[in-house]
Amino acid sequence: MISADLNVILPEIVLSLFAILALLVAVYTTKDATAGLMVWTTSGVMVLLAIWIGMTGGGATRVAFNGLFIEDGFARFAKVTVLLSAAAVLTMSEAYMKNRGLLRFEYPMLVALSVVGMMMMVSAGDLMTLYMGLELQSLALYVIASLRRDSVKSTEAGLKYFVLGALSSGLLLYGVSLVYGYAGTTQFTGVMSVAKTGETSLGLLFGIVFIVSGLAFKVSAVPFHMWTPDVYEGAPTPVTAFFATAPKVAAMALFARVLHDAFGNAIPDWRQIVGLLSVLSMFLGAIAAIGQTNIKRLMAYSSIAHMGYALIGLAAGTQLGIKAMLLYLAIYVTMNIGTFAFILGMEKDGQPVTDILALNMYAKRAPGKALAMLVLLFSLAGVPPMLGFFAKLGVWQAGVDAGLIWLVTASAIASAIGAYYYLRIVFLMYFGSENDDRLDEGKSGLLSTFLFASAVIMVVGIVNTFGVEGAAISAAATLVN
Amino acid sequence: MDHHLLSIITFMPSFAALILAIFLRGNDAAAARNAKWLALITTTVTFLISLFILFDFDPSNTGFQFVDEAQWLMGLKYRMGVDGISILFVMLTTFIMPLVIAASWNVETRVKEYMIAFLLLETLMLGVFMALDLVLFYLFFEAGLIPMFLIIGIWGGANRIYASFKFFLYTFLGSVLMLVAIVMMYAEAGTTCIGGCEVSLLTHTFASDTFSVAGITVVGGLQTMMFLAFFASFAVKMPMWPVHTWLPDAHVQAPTAGSVVLAAILLKMGGYGFLRFSVPMFPVGSEVMAPLVLWLSVIAIVYTSLVALVQADMKKLIAYSSVAHMGFVTMGIFTFNQQGLDGAIFQMISHGFISAALFLCVGVIYDRMHTREIDAYGGLVNRMPAYALVFMFFTMANVGLPGTSGFVGEFLTLIAIFQVNTWVAVVATSGVIFSAAYALWLYRRVVLGDLIKESLRTITDMTRRERWIFAPLVAMTLLLGVYPALVLDIIGPSVTALVASYDTALEAADAVVQTTSK
Repeated sequence: MISADLNVILPEIVLSLFAILALLVAVYTTKDATAGLMVWTTSGVMVLLAIWIGMTGGGATRVAFNGLFIEDGFARFAKVTVLLSAAAVLTMSEAYMKNRGLLRFEYPMLVALSVVGMMMMVSAGDLMTLYMGLELQSLALYVIASLRRDSVKSTEAGLKYFVLGALSSGLLLYGVSLVYGYAGTTQFTGVMSVAKTGETSLGLLFGIVFIVSGLAFKVSAVPFHMWTPDVYEGAPTPVTAFFATAPKVAAMALFARVLHDAFGNAIPDWRQIVGLLSVLSMFLGAIAAIGQTNIKRLMAYSSIAHMGYALIGLAAGTQLGIKAMLLYLAIYVTMNIGTFAFILGMEKDGQPVTDILALNMYAKRAPGKALAMLVLLFSLAGVPPMLGFFAKLGVWQAGVDAGLIWLVTASAIASAIGAYYYLRIVFLMYFGSENDDRLDEGKSGLLSTFLFASAVIMVVGIVNTFGVEGAAISAAATLVN
Repeated sequence: MDHHLLSIITFMPSFAALILAIFLRGNDAAAARNAKWLALITTTVTFLISLFILFDFDPSNTGFQFVDEAQWLMGLKYRMGVDGISILFVMLTTFIMPLVIAASWNVETRVKEYMIAFLLLETLMLGVFMALDLVLFYLFFEAGLIPMFLIIGIWGGANRIYASFKFFLYTFLGSVLMLVAIVMMYAEAGTTCIGGCEVSLLTHTFASDTFSVAGITVVGGLQTMMFLAFFASFAVKMPMWPVHTWLPDAHVQAPTAGSVVLAAILLKMGGYGFLRFSVPMFPVGSEVMAPLVLWLSVIAIVYTSLVALVQADMKKLIAYSSVAHMGFVTMGIFTFNQQGLDGAIFQMISHGFISAALFLCVGVIYDRMHTREIDAYGGLVNRMPAYALVFMFFTMANVGLPGTSGFVGEFLTLIAIFQVNTWVAVVATSGVIFSAAYALWLYRRVVLGDLIKESLRTITDMTRRERWIFAPLVAMTLLLGVYPALVLDIIGPSVTALVASYDTALEAADAVVQTTSK
C-alpha cells in the first residue's frame, strides 16, 4: 500500500526533489549565477503544483500513512493559497535581490523547502506530522530571515526569530507530550475521541493551552507577537513579504486543523483562548501601528491585526467560521502581495526606502500607482467597497452566528482605530507636504503588474469572487461537519 | 416590471469616471476642460433619466418600484429599488450634482481627479438611497467616505488634514457599530433584504423582550440595542448634537462643491437611515429612545443656533445652521405621526436646495476675495445687486419665510411635535427665532451697509454661469414653498404606510407584554 500512500504526497515529493536537485545542480555548476533562473523555475514549479493540486482531487479526502497525512479539500485550499503566494513573492523578489547582491541560489531552495513544510502542516493528521512540518518550515525561514549576512539588523532578525521560534516550538512540544500522555495517542482522530467537552482532563486542557500558545507564535497573535515587528523590519523586504503571506496562511490553516480535527469535541474549552488572542491582536495591531513610520514595521502590526480578525473565524468553531477564515486569508494574502509589490518598488537612488514620509505627495508623481495603493490601503482597513470589507464581514457574520457578539463588537472598534494608520499613508500620498525627497521612478513592470492586479482584484472581487468563495465553502465543509 | 433603469442611473457617473481615469491624458487646459464637460454632461443626463423614473413612479403604490435584482457574493443579493420615501432623495441627488459640477468650473488643481471623485461620489450617494439590501446599503454608505475624504483632503482649505481625518474617523466609528448590528440582523432574520422579498427586514419583527446585561435593564431588549447601534451611525451622519463637531470643520475646509454635496445630500443619509431602518425595523426601540432623540434635537436647534450667532466664518455659520435644521428633521421623525414624517422629509429636501444655495453664495464671494471671514465683507449690495437679491432670497428661505420651502418643513414638524410633547415644541419654536437672528444678522453684515472696505471696490457681480446655477435652486425653493403638495403627494402614501406599520408593531409588542405579565 506504500505506493498509494506515496501517491497522496506526490506534490510534496515533487517539490522536495526539485529543491534538492536544484541545490545539487547549483552547487556543481555556477552557483549564484543561476540564482535568477532558479527563482523563476521554482516559482514556475510552484504554480504548476498549485494548478495540479487545485484541479485534481475533486472533493475526495485521501488519508496516507495510517492517518499521519490527510489530503482533503481544506488542505488543498490552503496548499493552493500557499503555493501561489510563495510563487508570487519569489518572482517579485528576483529583481530586488539581484540589485542588492542578495540573490543567492539557496534563497529559492529554502523558500521551496519551507513551502514543503507548510504543505505538510496543513495536511497534518497527527501531532508528529504537525511538528515535522512546522519545524521544516521554521528552520528554512530562520535562515532566509538573515539572508543579508553583512547587515546587523538582518542577522539580528534571524537570531531573534530563531530563539523565539525555538521557544515556541518548546511550548508546542510540551503541549504535544501532555496531550500524548493524557490521550494515549498522537493521532488527531484518537485525540478527538478522548477530548470531549466536560470530560477533558486537566492535563489535556494544559496540552491544548500549550499547543495553542505555540501556534499563536507562528501566526504572531498577541501576546506571542514580539518577534514580528523586528523580524519584519530586519529581514530583506522580499523575505518580509514572504513572511507576511504564505507562512501565515499555513500556520492559520494548521491552527484550524488541530483545533477542529483533534479538539473538535471540546470547542468551548479553546474558544475563549482563541477569542482572547484575537481581541488582543486586533487592538495591539491597531494601536501600536499608529506611531510607526517604518512601513515594514507598520505592515508587521497590520498583519498582527489581520490575524486577529482571521482568528474570529476560528473562535467561532463552526463551518461558517472556517469558511470565513479561509476567505479572509485568501483576501489578506492578495492584498499583502500587492502592498509589498509597492513597498519593494520604494527606492531612492537605488537604495530601498522604508520611511513612509518618503511618500509625501506621491500621487502627484505616480497617480496610477498611488491609486492602486489607495485601493489596497482602504481594503486593508476594511472600508467598503473593497474586498477587504467582505473578508471582515464574513468573519463577523461567523462570529455573531456563534454568539460571540462581544468579540465582533470589539473588533469593530479595533477596525475603526486601525483605519487611522492606513489613512495616514493615503494622506501622505495625496495631500502631504511638497518636498524634494523624491522616490525613484519605478522601472519594474513586474512589480507594477502585481500591484495593479492586486488592486483590481480588490475592486472586481466584489462583483465576482471567481469561485474562491465556493472553494472556501467546500474546503470548510471537509474540515467541520 | 423588470428593468435596469436604477442601476443605469447609479453607475453611469462611475462609468464616466472610469472613462476619465483611463482615456483622459495630459494636464493641460484642454484636458481639464474635457473633464469638466464630460462630468457636466454625465450628471445632466443622469438627471434627465431620473426624471423618467419620477414620471413613471406610482405614489399610490407603497411598495418598492423599479426593482432591479441580481445574485451577489456571500449569499447576498444586489437589489435596487425606490419607494415614496427614497425617490425624492434620488431626485435631489441627481438634481444637485450638475449644479455642483457647474459650480466647480473654477477648480484648477487636479481637475481630472476632482471630477472623478465627484462622479464616484454621485454613484455612491445614489446607491445609498436605492439599495434594497442591507449590506449593499452599508457598502454605498461607507464607500462614500473615501471620495469625500479625498475631496476635503486634496482640494480643501488650510486646515484640511485635521478636518478630513476627523470626518473619516468619526463617521467610520459610527458605521462599524452599525455593521455589527447589520450582521446581527442577518443572523436573526436570516436575510439582508430590506423590503419586498419573501422574507424581508421591514416585515420581520425583531425581539423586543426586556433583558438585563451586567445589571443594566435594557427596555425593548434587542431592538433597543440595534437601534442604538444604528443610531451611532446615523446620528453622526445627521449630524446630531453632541456628535456634530466634525461637520463645521469639514464644511469650512471643504471646497465649495464639497460643502454643497455634504450639506445637500450626505447629511440626508442620516435622516433617510432613520426613516428606512430605525423607525420601521425597530419600532419598540425607537419608541423607547424617542424622548432622548427629541431632547437631543431640541438642544441641537437651540444650542447650535446660538453658536451660529457668534461665528466669524460664513461657512461655519451656515454649517451650524444646518445642524439646527437637521434638528427639526430628527424631531419630526421621532414624533412618529404623519405630519412629523412628512415634515421631516420635506425639510430634508428643502434644506437640500437651501443649504446648497447658501454654500454656493459663500462660494461666489470666496472665489472673488478668497476669504470667508464675515468681517472682510460689508456693503456688497452696492457692487453686486443680483447677488444681494439671491442671497436675500435664500437667507429668508433659511429662516423659514412662508412662501419658501423652508417654511413648510419647519411648520409641519412643529405641528407634529406639539401633538406629542408641548414642552419640546415650545423650546423648538424659539429656535425659529434664533435662526432668523443669525441669518439676518449675517446678511446685514455681509451685504448691507456702505461699501467701505478698499478691497471690495472692484468686486464684480455674478457671472452668467453663476446666475444659471442659482436659477433652478430659486425655482425649486419657490415652487415647493408655494405648492408643497408636489412633494407631499409623492411621499404621502408611503409615509402613511410607515406610520400604520409602526403603530401596529407597537400594539403587537404591547399585547405581548400584557399577555406575558398576566
